[in-house]
Amino acid sequence: MSNGHDHHDGNDDHELRVSKIRDGTVIDHVHGGQALNVLAILGIDGTNGEEVSVGMNVPSDRLARKDIVKVEGRELSQDEVDVLSLIAPDATINIVRDFDVVEKHRVERPDVVEGVLSCPNPGCITTGDEPVTSRFSVLEDGVRCSYCETIVRDEIASLIDT
Amino acid sequence: MRHDHLITSKQLSRADIETVLDYAAEIDADPSAVANRHAGTVLGLLFFEPSTRTKMSFETAMKRLGGDIVDMGSVESSSVTKGETLADTVRVIEGYADALVLRHPKQGSATMASEFVDVPLVNAGDGAGHHPSQTLLDLYTIRENAGLDDLTIGIMGDLKYGRTVHSLAYALTNFDTRQHFISPESLQLPREVVYDLHQQQDGTGIREHDALEEVLPSLDVLYVTRIQRERFPDENEYQKVAGEYQIDAETLEAASDDLTVMHPLPRVDEIAPEIDETDHAAYFEQAHNGVPIRMALLDLLLSDDAEIRGDGDE
Repeated sequence: MSNGHDHHDGNDDHELRVSKIRDGTVIDHVHGGQALNVLAILGIDGTNGEEVSVGMNVPSDRLARKDIVKVEGRELSQDEVDVLSLIAPDATINIVRDFDVVEKHRVERPDVVEGVLSCPNPGCITTGDEPVTSRFSVLEDGVRCSYCETIVRDEIASLIDT
Repeated sequence: MRHDHLITSKQLSRADIETVLDYAAEIDADPSAVANRHAGTVLGLLFFEPSTRTKMSFETAMKRLGGDIVDMGSVESSSVTKGETLADTVRVIEGYADALVLRHPKQGSATMASEFVDVPLVNAGDGAGHHPSQTLLDLYTIRENAGLDDLTIGIMGDLKYGRTVHSLAYALTNFDTRQHFISPESLQLPREVVYDLHQQQDGTGIREHDALEEVLPSLDVLYVTRIQRERFPDENEYQKVAGEYQIDAETLEAASDDLTVMHPLPRVDEIAPEIDETDHAAYFEQAHNGVPIRMALLDLLLSDDAEIRGDGDE
């Protein structure tokens, strides 16, 4: 693989699937099948013209099958990527400049996520027409709505506000 | 006590609770001492759901402090029917009043509303969420009748949707209490509430039961709530379940002579009228305690007087 950090599980076949980027962010070691949720949670849907490459279910030593997301021309901040810890706790973030990885870090669980998830409780004030941004506190094993206090432990990805 | 809003009983420390209860006792003993403390103050009442006791006791409390109220009236007669958001409604009424009392069917409504206003806001019920001023009058009644430490309390009925139950259970974790929750399986405490109680008290003081007989003899207080018909898909199921959680004189033969029976009211048939005349019954006293408690609470929230607010305690 181009970034020099992962050639042990990369190969020519892999190279064909996920192209190199010049400047931007590579989100690697996403659990297989979660790449589109990663894009959804980051609010990247292609409508702003971003150049995005996605590899899904590619072989990986660490995860058996992993997804990988490359976003050209955008360096994601730690705050932006930390929210990924909810659905991709093993993700690694590589910031690429001129084809070189200049920063590499892991996602950390934030205390709070705002405006990313929507509350599944139909009785919650945030599910109506109020001008309020959703807010969830992050627990060890789930998330909790800061308004109605509903706790969600499973399928957090299904709460992503798209 | 130093809070701008009262949204949930979870925000109250033991010291906060004792500040309000002590002050309410002082007011109860001599209401005339505070009769004009808030002359010219206006309390805004926003009740998006029906209420008798809560609304009238807030109104009475404000008037007994020398102030007055403005009332949004029923939802049907308000701008809510034109599609106004709650966020807009509270920002408008904030301009008319020095403090707000809100009851709304959505959970989290009071938290959200408090983010849009600068005046103190009291949550008077947000769906199945919280009702902290009810909790304070419940605690006051418990303290008067049984004491708040070394207390064994049974809380029975609709524990799933009963916001008074959730608020009370949280608050009691500040004290040395054993809490027994008695309900049909379908109306057990929400897992969120159990999670919080365990966080607060390691779960050591929390037990869940499906029959009152298991615990009745050990109780100092039995707090009964209404099981609502609409929670059940069919009438037969309701009748069967509700019947098991009603008490009468015969039920209480197994109880301690000192047992205090409470109920947030309104009751339908959970407590037989024959209990009203016994020493067990504290539910009307409990309802009356709403006034001194809400007087104390409003005074504490509206007053800049550090001594009254007990700010030195924190």
